[in-house]
Amino acid sequence: MKLAVPAETGTDERRVALTPPQVAELVGQGFEVTIQSQAGARAGFHDEAYLAAGAAIANDHAQTVAAADLVVRLEPPSIDQVGDLPEGSTLISFIWPKRSPELVEALRARGVTTLAEDCVPRITTAQKLDALSSMANLSGYRAVLEAASALPSFFSLQMTAAGRINPATVLVIGAGVAGLAAIGAARGLGARVRAFDTREASRDEVKSLGADFLDLDFEEDGDGGGGYAKVMSPAFIEAEMALFREQAKEVDVVITTALVPGNKAPLLWDKGMVESMKPGSVVVDLAAHQGGNCECTVAGESVDVGGVTVIGYTDLASRMAPTASTLYGGNILHFIKELGGNDGFSIDLDNPITRGALVTHKGEVMWPAPKPEPRPAPKPAAAVAQAASATTAAAKAPAAKPKKKSGHGHGGHAAPASEPSSGWLAPLIGVILLGVWAYLRFGPWQGSSVSVEAREFVQHLTVFVLACFVGWQVVWSVTAALHTPLMSVTNAISGIIIVGGLLEGARGGSLDVAMVLGLAATLLATINIAGGFLVTHRMLRMFRR
Amino acid sequence: MNQFDMDHLNKAHDGITGLLGADGGGSAESLLLALAYIVASVLFILSLRGLSSQETSSRGNLYGIVGMAIAILATLTATQIVSYGYLVPVLLVGGGIGAWMAARVAMTAMPELVALLHSFVGAAAVLVGMASYLGGGAHGSRGIWLGEIWIAVMIGAITFTGSVIAFLKLRGTLGGKPLLLPARHFLNLAMVVGCIALAWPFSDAPGTDGIAWLLVMAGIASVLGVHLVMAIGGADMPVVVSLLNSYSGWTAAAAGFMLGNDLLIVTGALVGSSGAILSYIMCRAMNRSIWNVVFGGFGTGDSKPPPPPADGVAPGEIGEASVESTVAELRQAKSVVIVPGYGMAVGRAQHAVRTMTEKLQANGATVRFAIHPVAGRLPGHMNVLLAEANIPYDIVLEMDEINDDLPETDLVLVIGANDIVNPGAQTDTSSAIYGMPVLEVWKAGSVVLMKRSRRTGYAGVDNPLFYMPVTKLLYGDAKDSVEAINAAF
Repeated sequence: MKLAVPAETGTDERRVALTPPQVAELVGQGFEVTIQSQAGARAGFHDEAYLAAGAAIANDHAQTVAAADLVVRLEPPSIDQVGDLPEGSTLISFIWPKRSPELVEALRARGVTTLAEDCVPRITTAQKLDALSSMANLSGYRAVLEAASALPSFFSLQMTAAGRINPATVLVIGAGVAGLAAIGAARGLGARVRAFDTREASRDEVKSLGADFLDLDFEEDGDGGGGYAKVMSPAFIEAEMALFREQAKEVDVVITTALVPGNKAPLLWDKGMVESMKPGSVVVDLAAHQGGNCECTVAGESVDVGGVTVIGYTDLASRMAPTASTLYGGNILHFIKELGGNDGFSIDLDNPITRGALVTHKGEVMWPAPKPEPRPAPKPAAAVAQAASATTAAAKAPAAKPKKKSGHGHGGHAAPASEPSSGWLAPLIGVILLGVWAYLRFGPWQGSSVSVEAREFVQHLTVFVLACFVGWQVVWSVTAALHTPLMSVTNAISGIIIVGGLLEGARGGSLDVAMVLGLAATLLATINIAGGFLVTHRMLRMFRR
Repeated sequence: MNQFDMDHLNKAHDGITGLLGADGGGSAESLLLALAYIVASVLFILSLRGLSSQETSSRGNLYGIVGMAIAILATLTATQIVSYGYLVPVLLVGGGIGAWMAARVAMTAMPELVALLHSFVGAAAVLVGMASYLGGGAHGSRGIWLGEIWIAVMIGAITFTGSVIAFLKLRGTLGGKPLLLPARHFLNLAMVVGCIALAWPFSDAPGTDGIAWLLVMAGIASVLGVHLVMAIGGADMPVVVSLLNSYSGWTAAAAGFMLGNDLLIVTGALVGSSGAILSYIMCRAMNRSIWNVVFGGFGTGDSKPPPPPADGVAPGEIGEASVESTVAELRQAKSVVIVPGYGMAVGRAQHAVRTMTEKLQANGATVRFAIHPVAGRLPGHMNVLLAEANIPYDIVLEMDEINDDLPETDLVLVIGANDIVNPGAQTDTSSAIYGMPVLEVWKAGSVVLMKRSRRTGYAGVDNPLFYMPVTKLLYGDAKDSVEAINAAF
C-alpha cells in the first residue's frame, strides 16, 4: 500500500503525523511511504532521516498524496487539499466533523474514506489508538509547566534560611485525561493540588494522584459517557460557581480542562473570579480552542488581566512537537494495525472502533456513528497508569460480587433473580410440610386406626425435613470467608446432644450404667459446646474491615 | 397458680408437646420446656443466619450461645432431672476442657480441632443411644424406637472413629497417603450390610438383652468409620471434615428421633444440611463428585503418575528467584495479588505476610489476596488465618472475584499453594485435576512461587506453571522467605 504523510499547514503546528522510526516500521511491514518535504522539520525530524527510514520525499501536498491509498496527518486538511486526495483513498486525521460540515461534505464528494481520530470511541480497546487522550496527556502536563513559568513563585514548599515560602495551590477543573495529567505534573512539582469534576467516578482517580477532590454539596452525577461530562442543571452550575468564587481567592494557579463534546466549552471562570485572584496568579485554559472555560481567555495568547496571567495557548501539545509526534504516530500505527495492516487493510463496519471513527465512506457521510454499547467501568487513559489501576480495582470488586452469588443459585438470596423456579418452590414446599404436620397433629384422629406412635414418628419426620429445608436456605447465604467459623459454630450447636445426655444422665436415683453413659455423653457434649462457641468467638473477633 | 391457670396451660401444652416431643405429664414445667425449645431452635437458625456477613457474625455466635444456654437450663429445670450431684462437676470439667482447647488452639490447627469436636458428637451420640436403651426411655412404639437407637448409634460410631482418623491425619500423626485395601468397596458394603443385619436379633431381644448386639454393631460401624476415612487422601480433607460435620448433625437428629425430642431433630438437621452444603461447595470447587471423593482414593499415587515428558521435549527450565530478585520485583509492582495455600498455614507465615502487605501498600502497591475455595485443609481456612493476622477482609477476594483481574496484575505471589494454581487443570485432559476451577495466576505479569521443594501438590500432579516463562520459584519455608523479603524490603 502507498501511504502519504503531508506537511501540516497551521502556523502553530509543529507536529508531524509519523516519525522516522515509525516510518521505518511501516516500510518494514511493506508500506510504500511518501513524506512531504520538510513535514517533520519543525519537530526536529529532517528529510534525511525519513529518507534513511525508507520513505520517498515529495515536494508539495498534491505530489505527496497523488498516488496514495492511505493519507495520515494531524490537523484536518483544507478544502483545497481535499481536491488533491485520490478518489477511494483513506484519510486518517483529526477532522472535528461537527465544527466543519463543509469539510465533511468535500471529503464525501471526493469519495474519500475518512477516519477521524477525534471520533475514536472512548472504549478500553481503543485506548492505544486514541490520539485525543495522548494529546490531552501532553497538554495537561504542559499546562502546568506554562503556569509554573508564568507564576512568580515556587510550586513547592521552600524552607530556607531566609524564610519559608508556602507551596503553590493549584486548582484543576475537569479531571479527564488532561486534568489528571495536570494533577500528576503539579504534584510532581510539589504544589498542593485540588481538583473538581462533575463526574463522581473521577473522585478516586483524583485521590489516587494525591490531590484533594473538592466536594459540592449537591447531588447530581455529571457522567455523560465516554469519559466526558454532560451539561449540568442550572442549580448545579449555581453551586459550582459559588465554590469557584470561594476557591478563586485561595488558589495561585487554575487549570481548566472542561470540554463537553461537540459543544462550546462551558464558561466556568468568569471575569470576577479572575479579578478576585491574587496578583501574579495564573489561569491556564485548556479549552481555549473551543471558546475557553475562562471569560478572559484569548485563544492562542497569554494575556494580563489586572496582574493575573490568563494563558489560552491552543498549541500546548505542539510545543512538545517531537514527543507529541511520537505519541500521535504511535496512535496511527495502532490504528493501521486495527484496520488490518498492509496485507489485510479494510474498513470493517462491524468493528466498533472503525465504525466510531468513520466520517465518510463510499460517497456517504457515516458520522455520527450509532451509539456504542454502554462502556464498562470508567477508565482514565492508560497514560495515567496509577489512576487506572486504582479505579479498576475499586470498580471491579463490587461488580464481581453479584456474579458469585448467582452461582449459588440453589437457594439462598440470589435465587429469585437467577432461578425464579426455586424462588417460589422453597416456600411452597415449606408450607406443604407445615400443612402435613398440622394435619397429623390436629387432624380427626380420634378413634382412627392409625396408631399414635406412627403419627408421632411422621410428625418428627416432618419437623426434620422442615429443619433440613431451613438449614439449606440459611447456610447458602453464609459467606465463603466464614466457612470455618460456620463449621465451629455448627460444632458447638451439635453439642445439643447434651440434652440427650442430661435426660439419661441426671435421671436421679442410684448410679447405674445408663446414667454413667449419659454423664459421659454430657461431658463430651459440654466440651463441644464450650470449645465450639469460644473458638468461633475467637475467630470472628479477628475479622475486621 | 390457681386451678384455672393450670387447666389453661395444660390445654395449651397439648398443642405444643407434639411439636417438641416432650412427653412429660402435662405440667407447667414441660410447657415451659417446650417453649424454651422453640426459642432455642429459632436462636440456632438465627445463629447460622448471622454468619452471612462479617458484620453480623459475632451476633450470630451470641445467638447460638444464648440458644444453647436456654436449651440446657430448660432441660435441667424439667421434671425428669432431679440429681445434680454428678452433673455439676461433669459440666464444669467439660466446659473447662472446651474452653482450654479453644483458648490455646493455634489458628493453623483449626482443622484438627474441628475434626476432634466432630468425634465428640459422634461418641456422645453412641453413649446416649446406649444409655437410652439401657434406661428404657421408650416413647411410643418399641419397634420404631429400637430402630432409631440403631441408626443413632451406627451414624454416631462412624462419625466418631472417622473424625478421630481425620484428626490424626490433619495433625500429621497419620500420613496423608490414603490406605487402599484391595476390594475396599466390597469391605465397606459388607460392613454396612452386617450392621443392618444385626438389627434383627437386636430388635427381637427382650428388655435390655440386646445391648450385646448393639455393642457389636457399634464396633463394626467404628471400623467402617476408620476404613472410610483412611482411604481418603490428604488433599480431600476439606471435604472429609465438612462431610463429618454433616454426619455429626445427622447423628444428633437421629438421637432426637430416638428420644422423641424435636429440638435435637431441628438442630441436627440444621448442622447436617450445613455440612452437606459445605461438602458440596468443596467438591464443586474441585470439579469432583462426592462419590469420587469418598470412594475415589484420589491424590494417591495409585492413580497414573504424571506422564514423564516425552523424549526431546524437555519440561523446560524452571526459573529460580532469590529473595533479592523478588524484592526488586515487589518494589516495581503496582498491583500485587497474594495466593496463600496450605504452605502458609504450615509455615505459620500469616503474620509475616501481613507485614509484607503493609510494606507493599506503603510502597504504593495495591495488594489483594486470592482465596481458592479448597485452599488449606478446611473450608474458609485461609480467611481465618488472614483474619488472625489482622488483614482486612475486604482485600481478601474469592476466586471468582479476582480471576478476571489477574491479567492486569503485575505480580502474583503464591505462598505454599500448588494444585489451585495449576494451569493443567484447564488444558491437560489427562491431568487428574482436569476441569477443576483454578486461579489463573499465569495470566499475570509475573509469578513468584514460594515452595519448599519442587514436589507436586497433594493431587500428585505435575504443575506446568513451574515451567512457564512468567514463573520463578523461590525455595524455602514460607515464613522464612517472607521474613527475608520483609527484612530486605
